Amino acid sequence: MPSVRDLRGRIRAIKNTQKITKAMQVVAATKLRRAQAAVQATRPYSEKTIEVLQTTAALATEYRHPFLEQREGKRGVMILVTADRGLAGAVNTNTIRAAARYMNQNHPDQPRWVTLGRKGRDFMIRYRRDVIADASGLPDRPPLHTILPAVAVALQEYLEGRTDRVVLAYAKWISTMRQEAVVRTLVPVEIPERSADQKAPAADYIYEPDPEAVLDTLLPRYVETQVYQAVLENQASFYSAQMIAMQNATNAAGDFIRDLTLLMNKVRQATITTELMEIVGGAEALRSAST
Amino acid sequence: MPFSLRVVSVEASLFEGDADFVLATGGEGELGILPGHAPLLTTLAPGPLRFDAQGKREEIFVGGGFMEVLPDRVTVLADVAERAEDISVERAEQSRKEIQDRLSAARELTAQEKLDMEAALAMAEARLRVARMRRGG
Repeated sequence: MPSVRDLRGRIRAIKNTQKITKAMQVVAATKLRRAQAAVQATRPYSEKTIEVLQTTAALATEYRHPFLEQREGKRGVMILVTADRGLAGAVNTNTIRAAARYMNQNHPDQPRWVTLGRKGRDFMIRYRRDVIADASGLPDRPPLHTILPAVAVALQEYLEGRTDRVVLAYAKWISTMRQEAVVRTLVPVEIPERSADQKAPAADYIYEPDPEAVLDTLLPRYVETQVYQAVLENQASFYSAQMIAMQNATNAAGDFIRDLTLLMNKVRQATITTELMEIVGGAEALRSAST
Repeated sequence: MPFSLRVVSVEASLFEGDADFVLATGGEGELGILPGHAPLLTTLAPGPLRFDAQGKREEIFVGGGFMEVLPDRVTVLADVAERAEDISVERAEQSRKEIQDRLSAARELTAQEKLDMEAALAMAEARLRVARMRRGG
């Protein structure tokens, strides 16, 4: 049976851990809100980009930008977005697993990796995968230029015909309780269909210099924007997962403390009872000896 | 009769409001936009974007991008970031050298340090490749 002293020490240790997990939970909740705001802030740009892309692509139908060209091969470059840190449940592992499975199934030929986030990078390097570019240690709400070089490497592979597809994997934010690993094709670019309630553009544009040039500059930006949004959304997912993980840890610590406190009280009672019995027994013995 | 002007970048919205006049650095030269302009879509070169909003002249630096002009609405999709063209070869080469030196100098490394360094090297090489490609070298 553990002593009261030992138990008191363990309870104190768990209380300290609980304070840390509680603090991390609160911090994650705050950062989650900020990450969500950052995702929101990219919407106007990306919506407008898509709108212009739809109009322009419909106009320049015979023009084939390399990013629109379909290729048959099985080579692939995966842009893997993960967080830099753990303590967030299975959110990183899920993304890595989904990405690895996708690459094994669809791109067995020369799979290469561009990693955005330390967790994914370390995993891929440990398993001797071919990592061609990386951007890790990103701050919260990273500026766009922190991820551009890595994305540019992936796009260059496609432009120079060394890959048949560029895909993106990240943890999609569904709700605070739920994040889902998704894998999406970036290049060849699929321009989203205009939805039925969206009205066609008011008039034909004058293009300067011409629709092709506009498309040339617009397509890389569209792809970069998608990656950037994925990075921001992944951060929101990470903080959600971390908040829940830390909440669970705080609750578990609370349960632990309650059980241990109960045990400690029982042990103390038992000790007191034993001592009392001894005293009574001793007194009884003394009295019977004196008579 | 002013038109509504929106300047957005990927990271944030830079301006939203009414304007009477916009002067932008287009890919083909400077262009001034007054209300009722014909629909126009142009690329933008890096340069200042000037506009008059409520009688006040404002200026935003735009690192390139697009401008969509409609008779009653102007939208600027602005680049703010350092784009691939701007990564200097020298800087990338230097960072690659530094990391390689450190890798060969440190024989006994912990697994984590080695991972970090290998990754840093990968990044430097990635940057360098991009920069070289842009130069067509």
